[in-house]
Amino acid sequence: MAIDSIAALVQEAERTALPLWEVILREDLKEGQGTREDSLRQMKRLWDAMKASGDAYRPQERSHSGLAGGDSAKVSAAMENGALYGGRFFQEVIVEALKVSECNACMKRIVAAPTAGSCGVLPAVLLPLLRRGEDEEALLRALYVAAGFGEVIASRASISGAEGGCQAEVGAASAMAAAALADLRGGSPAMCANACALALSNLMGLVCDPVAGLVEVPCIHRNVVGAVNALSCADMALAGVECRIPADEVIDAMAQVGAAMDDSLRETGAGGLAATPTGKAIAERLASES
Amino acid sequence: MRLFDVIGPIMTGPSSSHTAGAAKIGLVTRAMLGGEPVKADILLHGSFAKTGRGHGTDRAIVAGLLGMLPDDPRIPDSFALAEQAGLAFSFTTGTLKNVHPNTAALSVENADGERLEVVASSLGGGRIQICRVDGIETGFSGGCNTLIVHNEDKPGCAALVTALLARFGLNIATMQLCRNFPGGYAVMVIECDQFIPADLAEELERADGVARVTRLNLDV
Repeated sequence: MAIDSIAALVQEAERTALPLWEVILREDLKEGQGTREDSLRQMKRLWDAMKASGDAYRPQERSHSGLAGGDSAKVSAAMENGALYGGRFFQEVIVEALKVSECNACMKRIVAAPTAGSCGVLPAVLLPLLRRGEDEEALLRALYVAAGFGEVIASRASISGAEGGCQAEVGAASAMAAAALADLRGGSPAMCANACALALSNLMGLVCDPVAGLVEVPCIHRNVVGAVNALSCADMALAGVECRIPADEVIDAMAQVGAAMDDSLRETGAGGLAATPTGKAIAERLASES
Repeated sequence: MRLFDVIGPIMTGPSSSHTAGAAKIGLVTRAMLGGEPVKADILLHGSFAKTGRGHGTDRAIVAGLLGMLPDDPRIPDSFALAEQAGLAFSFTTGTLKNVHPNTAALSVENADGERLEVVASSLGGGRIQICRVDGIETGFSGGCNTLIVHNEDKPGCAALVTALLARFGLNIATMQLCRNFPGGYAVMVIECDQFIPADLAEELERADGVARVTRLNLDV
């Protein structure tokens, strides 16, 4: 069985009574020459890098264009002042999503998950859990669930903004994070599938419209949306809410929507926010500077 | 696509295609040149030319030429580090024919005066393809240990190379033969499962009809 169907992964987990992450790990090992130990070691290496991906954040630092930086610090300060909606956990998720995405824009070391443009989503939901004492082994297992579901999305649809728009990047990251969160709270494989399906449904149609073609505006703020969407969808799935359309069909629909998107909305920097008067003015300013 | 293509790579931002792939292009070019590069003239094409500066494509290519991996945190400082390392570089933008939008053409030279010209594309997710070596069409990824043999296009050259690989106990993963015109100049690109030793390259270089041998061995 190739990792190309969420229904098949769920059925395999139910048939064998193995946890979802174990099914995904075993299927992945069948595709290559590496050992189980190699795979676990590599996932640990990625997790360690993910944990450190916000460490180099400096509130005063700006990206080369000057467009990105400082937003995580703003939200963090407002959080400490008690000025915001949402509980502490929710606020930390926002702070983390911005921090890692801003670090990416400022050329720091991050983990593409599934892409660099969407690198803030998974750490945003996982790191606040780690700080609350979540077991690291459980987090590593959840990363397998995220990666396995991401692989299905990549195989049936795409994880590239140039091919499928932002729904394929932040949408995919959000669906992966939602499944990981459902798994971490002891959700069944079917609940993980529902969390994934709900998250991807909610971001369906999201276009890739980066101002001046850079991974900054609106990518950084959309990482926040991906993260909080993952939380809501994991919560719904854990409560027993089912996505009325099965996960694989949602992914197939996302692929079709991506294919139907105009070129200007697929990472060309020619449509959407990039084509607004302000977006165009920014692009012109940057072009004249280089 | 495997799990670690979905989560990963660990990389210096902001873009897997424009930054991580660009660093890898520099790194593979350096490995093929052999020795420390002292001069590099780089042309950026398409999206690399248009948004490369904002994505640090230029700094990533120079970082790769200096031997940095795509996750090296020093990538943003590569211009200053190049000056310290004695690497003189220049960038231009232009249009190349029939290539991917994210493509760079590099002309590099090492301290021994050896030169190499490489055209390479970044395909997304940090994966790259080497499209041309010294003007001859190729198509390898730089993801395996790779032996590149420049030879005269005449009978027996491929047999000579494969015999030597067998003697050194190297298994061939893929092999491509490319040439500019019949009887002219040819390039053999052989991806191997094992480390390609210097002895093998030296022996090949002495063989009749072989003009030049370059090796790419992956550290990781």
